[in-house]
Amino acid sequence: MKHLRPINKKAERIDQAASMTEEDVVALQQGPDKPKPHVPMGCTLSFSPGWEVDAGGGTAGLCQPVERDIYDCYVTCFWPVQVADHVNYSPDWAANCAIATKDWRKLDLVFP
Amino acid sequence: MTSMIPMAAIRYRRGELHEFQAAGHDFIYLVAAGAVFALDDAAMAVLRQLGEREMSHAELVDALVEQGHTRGDAEELIGELRYVQGIVSDAVRPATPVGPTSPPDDFPLQALVLNITNQCNLACTYCYEFGADKIATPEGKPKYMTLETAAASVDFLLAESAGRQAVHITFFGGETLMNFKLLRQVVEYATTQAKSQGRGIGFSLTTNATLLTDEIIDFLAENEIGVTVSMDGPPDLQDLRRVDKRGRGTYRIIEPKLRKLIARHNTRAITARVTLTDGVTDVVRIYRHLKDDLGFDEIGFAPVTSNGDQSYAIADGAMDGVLAQFNALADEWLEYALRGQRHGFSNVSETIGELIQGANKSHPCGAGIGLLGVGPSGDLSPCHRFTDADTHTLGHISTGVDKAKKDDFLARGHVSAKYECQTCWARPLCAGGCHHEAFVRYGDTGHANLHYCDWIRQWTDTCLRIYGAVSAGNPQFLERFAERKALS
Repeated sequence: MKHLRPINKKAERIDQAASMTEEDVVALQQGPDKPKPHVPMGCTLSFSPGWEVDAGGGTAGLCQPVERDIYDCYVTCFWPVQVADHVNYSPDWAANCAIATKDWRKLDLVFP
Repeated sequence: MTSMIPMAAIRYRRGELHEFQAAGHDFIYLVAAGAVFALDDAAMAVLRQLGEREMSHAELVDALVEQGHTRGDAEELIGELRYVQGIVSDAVRPATPVGPTSPPDDFPLQALVLNITNQCNLACTYCYEFGADKIATPEGKPKYMTLETAAASVDFLLAESAGRQAVHITFFGGETLMNFKLLRQVVEYATTQAKSQGRGIGFSLTTNATLLTDEIIDFLAENEIGVTVSMDGPPDLQDLRRVDKRGRGTYRIIEPKLRKLIARHNTRAITARVTLTDGVTDVVRIYRHLKDDLGFDEIGFAPVTSNGDQSYAIADGAMDGVLAQFNALADEWLEYALRGQRHGFSNVSETIGELIQGANKSHPCGAGIGLLGVGPSGDLSPCHRFTDADTHTLGHISTGVDKAKKDDFLARGHVSAKYECQTCWARPLCAGGCHHEAFVRYGDTGHANLHYCDWIRQWTDTCLRIYGAVSAGNPQFLERFAERKALS
């Protein structure tokens, strides 16, 4: 706060609570310090979970190739969406996909 | 519903707060929280304007813009004051009074006061245990606590204090040292029991000092037992009412013993507890004698408890003189604090400790919550002042706490149940004052101690101003002070 300075512990707690409401919380915020959205590598900025469509509803404007997004899902994806868990359940899921930009069609559905 | 009122039309008034100045700065004490804030001039100006009349949001913003603030800054300032409830509005958030909630039912015990004997070798004329206003009914009950009762009390304390790393036992009387044999046994037993659970236990006692011997002093020092001596000052004041059963003064008996105690016992603070009575109100002289001549670490003062009619009661007018002398010592406390030194006037120290935390009490003290008294018979009471009083038994050490009685005691004593306290800004610290004093004076432990209201407000204001001045001039002192309090 700018005009009020806390000088006992109770006031400090009020001040802390106030500062938490002053600063906006953004979607996917990481940590309390600088509120900025966490954008996982490979995902489109315009829509989250964003590997489906671009801002216009199509795939032409995706910042990364859509296949890159699909592949990235199970490696670094932030979003708790069901993907093939290649470590525990489908260790060979990406076996045929050496280079995602070329081989992404070889990624198949997983039937648990 | 009020949610459709446009922001600009919302009307503000001052929240419940106490304003004070210290070291050239403005401060507010927020009553609902017990929080202390320093304010800048702009914030203070808003509170002053709202002190004159309610204003709408738009009016306030316009007034601030006129004073040279940008519109954005004005909004921010109003938002800050609103957030801390320095200003309130029924439209923004219903300004219902917020009171401290009761402690949970399973609040763990912190301390027991063991009344190891109800016998005393003195006959102080104002004594609340034996004097005209006594509420104790010791007839037919044991005069000395047995080891069996004391051990059961230790077990009870350890069992009922789950989750606490350390607990405390205070020995009390009567004259505590008339049962020193038991005190020694309890210290040994309790230390062993606590250690076996990997926990700590501390001890203290209150005594009139007449029975201190070298052997006792050594024991107290070796076992780090805190000592509070009940005494009233230099010979002329001590001997006025602290007399033996033949009416003879006790100063000459205790003086050499006190000097030995203070010289030898360095493991805990040695404190004096002074009872102010009619003619014994010379606070500064008493302090000087006990601190400078005898060497006590800390000295605390409290006016005698009476129904108001006793000859030893302090006349209302004399309490003004007491306040003036308290203020003189408080100024000295401040000078010490600004130099980074500790002063021994514990009436200030205790209040500062509570202000650092921002205490907001549901009850005036821990009686019946974290603290219980045990009488020689094993009867439980809210605190030592209710020992042996059949009217206030809260159970027995063998059967545990009588929950219905405890609930009744705590319901009466809750600050929210005291009508007069609801409009008082000093209630976060006072919470209506001593349960025992209230019972003696008004016949109900839940009655606010109305005879002290003005006095307590003035004294709390003094302590707030000291707090503000130290926070401005030597804030590190408060941090160190808080650490020390947390350890004690």
